[in-house]
Amino acid sequence: MSNGETRFRVPAPPFRPGEEPDFSHLKLPKAGEAKRPDPTVEGRETQDLALGLVGVLDHNHQAVGEWDPKVSADVLREGLKHMVLTRIYDERMLKLQRQGKMSFYMKSKGEEAVAVAAAMALRDDDMIFPSYRQQGMLFARGRDIVDMMCHCISNSRDNLKGRQLPVHYTWAEGNFFTISGNLGTQFPQAVGYAMACAYKGEDRIAASWIGDGTTAEGDFHGALTLASTYRAPTILNVVNNQWAISSYQGIALGDAPTFASKGLGYCLASIRVDGNDFLAVYAATQWAAERARAGHGTTLLELFTYRADAHSTSDEPSKYRPKTEGEVWPLGDPIERLKQHLIGLGEWDQARHEQLEEEMTQLVVKSYKEAESHGTLHEGPLAPTQTIFEDVYAEQDWRLKRQRQDLGV
Amino acid sequence: MPVMNMIQALNSGMDVLLERDEDVVAFGEDAGYFGGVFKTTDGLQAKYGADRVFDTPINEAAIAAMAIGMAARGLKPIAEIQFADYIFPAIDQIVSEMSRIRYRSAGQFTSGCVVRTPWGGGIRGGQTHSMSPEAFFTHVPGVQVVVPSNPYDAKGLLIASLESGDPVIFFEPKRIYNGPFDGVPDKPLSSWAKHPKGEVPDGHYTVPLGKADIVREGEACTVVTYGTLVHVAEAAAEASGIDAEIIDLRTLVPYDIETIAKSVNKTGRVVVAHEAPRTSGFGAELAAQIQEECFYALEAPVFRLTGWDTPYPHAHEWAYFPTRDRFARAMKTVTEAA
Repeated sequence: MSNGETRFRVPAPPFRPGEEPDFSHLKLPKAGEAKRPDPTVEGRETQDLALGLVGVLDHNHQAVGEWDPKVSADVLREGLKHMVLTRIYDERMLKLQRQGKMSFYMKSKGEEAVAVAAAMALRDDDMIFPSYRQQGMLFARGRDIVDMMCHCISNSRDNLKGRQLPVHYTWAEGNFFTISGNLGTQFPQAVGYAMACAYKGEDRIAASWIGDGTTAEGDFHGALTLASTYRAPTILNVVNNQWAISSYQGIALGDAPTFASKGLGYCLASIRVDGNDFLAVYAATQWAAERARAGHGTTLLELFTYRADAHSTSDEPSKYRPKTEGEVWPLGDPIERLKQHLIGLGEWDQARHEQLEEEMTQLVVKSYKEAESHGTLHEGPLAPTQTIFEDVYAEQDWRLKRQRQDLGV
Repeated sequence: MPVMNMIQALNSGMDVLLERDEDVVAFGEDAGYFGGVFKTTDGLQAKYGADRVFDTPINEAAIAAMAIGMAARGLKPIAEIQFADYIFPAIDQIVSEMSRIRYRSAGQFTSGCVVRTPWGGGIRGGQTHSMSPEAFFTHVPGVQVVVPSNPYDAKGLLIASLESGDPVIFFEPKRIYNGPFDGVPDKPLSSWAKHPKGEVPDGHYTVPLGKADIVREGEACTVVTYGTLVHVAEAAAEASGIDAEIIDLRTLVPYDIETIAKSVNKTGRVVVAHEAPRTSGFGAELAAQIQEECFYALEAPVFRLTGWDTPYPHAHEWAYFPTRDRFARAMKTVTEAA
């Protein structure tokens, strides 16, 4: 028997290759429209923020509205520098990957503000549980670029001894947790870390990042449950860059209006933020950090952005989305927007920007030369082979000792 | 010396750990106020406070993840998974994360913790409260796997596990929580008070990881087992009169190959035994390693005495369980082989 009504739906993106992309259907709220409640507000009272969009930079690149964090030009220039460096670093590393210098690479083009502004709004002792596309945070926290490159080319100076794919950074000294390739596992771990900080009476917080696609994982819901139950001092960030490899955001979103709205069911403070707006990301992170430090628990932030390049070096986006989609993305480019804002303030100009780009390019080129002097994946030197048997446990047991002997190292 | 059952001994172990080190916390489903469905954490919340011993939402993956995050910040978590059968939602967090934090960060972060979980059958628990999933975890580099068989060892191994600094999956044979079991179904429960390992010191002590215990010396054959079946093997040796040497493995990863090899080289005949299904069970690892170490000393094929390759049946539990009589037949088979 069939009544003709019982169907299931597979959501499809608005545009596929060959179609003309047009995001006018998004109906995004204007910058400056969102109200900024006190960070101690009840989670359930953030519904407008979860369904709306916190933006500060308007279409004229001016800072408007209650969420303007009113940071100094020096801070903005620093943010711009980190974002420019991130983009140039990514471009250079991608080229090197194409030349066979490393096994794999993932750029963060278009998402630089998500990483850099958040890291700058947090305290340096706040713990970061990143996903694999927040390399900008490492620049913002001052990690040595040569060290980052040595990791990516898995050479003798790789601080991870060649054990991890490129871009899966770890930097304990910079309070940057070890990145997993398994999606979303860091989300509930961050809540545990935050609980431990609170238990120890510290006012440090933990923050974690996942992508839009990963919100479908159980660990997303586990993290929100823990966060809600224990009111842990955490910021949980969903970077909605519209694409999970080839699956558009609707595959994970379902009928929910926004990813931020998924936090409302847990009564977490939940905010959707213009992720391409440095000031908005900075302000929202600052708000959430203040809330967490004041003992009011976790905030779920959705950073609404666009993955302007491939997922990784293993996919070709023109096979699943129009090539021009990124160009018509209504929230623009995060670097260009901050640059124009600074120019509008009279704190920056085109010549200085070009000089910055030149300096960052030189820095990246020079750093890579130095990194390569410590070896490359294909030509070595690598970490000594016997290191594969180290750090499995604090002590090597008989099995590992024998296996090391079997390998003859 | 106080007499304790396994639950009391484990409780005492956690009490000692909590008392000595403020970084120790314990949590799990129903583990806080109520003290756990088996009462293993009984009284600990009242003694140490709800921020140290607490209830969790029913999400095993989140429980494991919380332990990982807390350990990264220097706490020493003891996480309870209510039944070993329920550990599978946590498997990604254990296999992909907890086990590898030290390795993938090259020692910058560690995830030392204990994941305690009631394990094994013989309690009329049916499919979902009887499993022995240890082999899933012995296959994972970076975790240690421990199965105590008596109150004294349970406490000492628990303390050693948390103090090891690496993650330990700690399987608690619930059939023998309240008394040893000789593998004869439906007999009245024996008491730990009558067993020498029921005497448990109040304070701190450890039983080292990686060291097996020879619970019965013998010449006719070697039995390598762990958990509940240690007692069944002893009963089978007594009932059959076969002079078996019985090795209680205690730690499965890393297991004590030295003690096993020494015994097998002496007897030349060996039964490896567990409740879990046969195919790819831990007995397969033991059999393989024994033939590598002791091939020329073997007088008979290694006998694997195990549960069947079926889910754990409820009504026919004793047809599944390696009972005393099956154990005796296995010993007889290896000792009589030409």
